[in-house]
Amino acid sequence: MMDFLESLDWSPLIISLKTGVVATIICFFLGMYAARKVIKLSYKAKAVVDGILTLPMVFPPTVAGFILLLIFSRRRPIGIFLDQQLDIQVVHTWLGCILAATVIAFPLMYRNARAAFEQIDANLVYAGRTLGMSEMNIFWKIVVPTAGPGIASGTILTFARAMGEYGATSMLAGNIPGKTGTVSQRIAMVIQDGDFATAGFWVVVVLLISFGIIFLVNMVTGSRMKNIRRW
Amino acid sequence: MSISVDIRKKLGDFLLEISFETDSKRIGILGPSGCGKSMTLKSIAGIEKPDSGCISIDDRVLFDQDQKINLKPQKRNVGYMFQNYALFPTMNVVQNIGAGLGLTAEGKNERVREMIERFHLNGLEKHYPGELSGGQQQRVALARIMAYRPDIILLDEPFSALDEHLKERLQHEMMSMLEDYEGQVILVSHSRDEIYRFSDELLIMEDGQVLARGKTADLFDDPGSVAVARMTGCKNFSRAKRLDEHRLRLTEWGIELELERAIPKGTNAIGYRAHAFEPVWGERQKNCLKFNVSGVDELPFERRYYIFPEDAGSRTGATELICWFIQDSERAQMDGQPAPDYLKLREESIMLLHE
Repeated sequence: MMDFLESLDWSPLIISLKTGVVATIICFFLGMYAARKVIKLSYKAKAVVDGILTLPMVFPPTVAGFILLLIFSRRRPIGIFLDQQLDIQVVHTWLGCILAATVIAFPLMYRNARAAFEQIDANLVYAGRTLGMSEMNIFWKIVVPTAGPGIASGTILTFARAMGEYGATSMLAGNIPGKTGTVSQRIAMVIQDGDFATAGFWVVVVLLISFGIIFLVNMVTGSRMKNIRRW
Repeated sequence: MSISVDIRKKLGDFLLEISFETDSKRIGILGPSGCGKSMTLKSIAGIEKPDSGCISIDDRVLFDQDQKINLKPQKRNVGYMFQNYALFPTMNVVQNIGAGLGLTAEGKNERVREMIERFHLNGLEKHYPGELSGGQQQRVALARIMAYRPDIILLDEPFSALDEHLKERLQHEMMSMLEDYEGQVILVSHSRDEIYRFSDELLIMEDGQVLARGKTADLFDDPGSVAVARMTGCKNFSRAKRLDEHRLRLTEWGIELELERAIPKGTNAIGYRAHAFEPVWGERQKNCLKFNVSGVDELPFERRYYIFPEDAGSRTGATELICWFIQDSERAQMDGQPAPDYLKLREESIMLLHE
C-alpha cells in the first residue's frame, strides 16, 4: 500500500483542485454580475440573454469543447491574436482547463444567483436607497447576504461541476500529465489501461474531497444564516 | 418646511395625476387600494419616476422633468417607512440602524446609541429582525429612518399588515414617537380611523386623482361630495331635491327635511352617518324617518340595524339599505323598550352633498 502511494503521481489532484478553485472564483463573480444585469432586462431581452448564458449547461460538454477549440485554436483569428500579441496559449495548457471548467460551470452559478436575487424583497433595495446607501453597498451588504443560501448552493454546485469537468477539458486542454491531466481524465486513462486499482483510488479521493468541501461550505454558511427558517 | 408635488404618471390604463403644496406637519392621504397613493410616496422618495412634473421640499428640487432633474433616492434625504418595514434580515438591530450612516465609526456608534435609547431598544442590540416582535420591528424601522435625519418622513400603510389588537397600540406608539420630529410626515392609508387620528391635513384620492383636500376635521364634517363622504366612512346616502332655502326632499327615503341653516344651491344629495340617528318613540317629530327593519347584526360592543324607509313606498332592489348602528350603552337602554317608531335625523349631523 505504501509503495502504491509513494509511486503514485499526485499531480492530477493538484491540477483538479487548482482548476476547480480558480474556475469557481471566476464563476462566482461573473455569475453574480450576469445575474444582476439580467434581472434588470425586459422580459424579451431576458429570454434571449438567459438562453445564451445557460447554453453551456444544456449542450454536451464535448460540443462546448469543440466550440472553444474552434475559437482558441492557434490557427484561427482569436487564437492567433492571443498567441502572437499577448503570448497567451489556451489549447493544451492549464489555462485551457480553467476556461473549459469555467464555461461549463458558469450557468450553475448564474442561474442560482439569479433565482436568489429574484426572490429578494424589492423593498429591501428601496430601503437601502432611501437610507443613502450606494448601489455597491446595497449589493454587497444587503442583496448578497440575503440571497446567501442561493449563492452558497450555486457556489457549491459550480465547484463540484468545475472540479469534475471532463468532456470540454479533454477537447480543449487535453490530458498532458503534470500540466492538464485532471483527476477525471486520469481515471478515464488508467481504466483504458486496465489499471482498476489506481482508478478506484482516485474515485475514492474525489468522493472524499467533494463531500468534505460541500459539508464544510454547508456548515459555514448554515451557522451564519439567521434569516433561514426551518419548515 | 413645505413640500410641493405636481406629477403625472401613466401605467397602462391607470393615470396618476396629483398636485399639492402644503406646509402642514402631518399630512394624510386616504384612498382605496390602487388609487395611486403609494405611487405618490414612491415618486417623492425617488423609487418611481413620474412621467412629468416636479417635486420639491422647501427650495430643494428633487425632481423636475422640464429641467431634467431627477435626484437619486440616495440624495433626496427622504425617510421611507415600508409596510413590511423592510428591515435587513441579515443585519442585527445595531447594524440595521447604522446601515445608511456615512459617518466615522465613532459618530456612527454615538448616533446608533442615541436611537437605541430614544426608541427603547436597549437589550435588543444584537437581535435580528426575525427575532423581534411587530412593535419592536416598527421601532427599529423608525429608529433607522430617524438616525438618517431625513427632511421628510413617508409612512406607506405602516399598520395595514398588523393584527387588530396590535394596530391600536402601534398607531399610538408611532404618533408619540413622531411627536418631537420637526419635519413633515406623510401617512398613506386606506383606513379612515388611522388617517383621522394622525393627520392635520388630508388628501382624498381615487383612481389617481385628488378628490378633495382640506383640514382633516373639516373634510370629515363637511365632505362636500358623495364620493368623499363615502371615503370618510359615511354609510347612508339619499338623493335629494332642494325645495327652497330651508327645505329638502329626500327622493330615495321619501321624506322631507326642514333645516335651520340655509341649503346651498346645487345640493342634490345628503349623507348621514350610521351612528348619528336618534330613536324616537310616540309622536312623529320634525325630520323623522319611519322604517322597517330588514336585518340585525350583533357585534361585541355594537348592534347594527339594516333598515329601509317605509315612506319610500314598496321596497325595490334599487334602494340601498340604511345602516343604523348603536353602541353598547344605547343597546342596554333599547332592550328595555319596544322598538322605536321613528329615527330622527339630527340637523347638525346632516351632510349636504352634491353628486
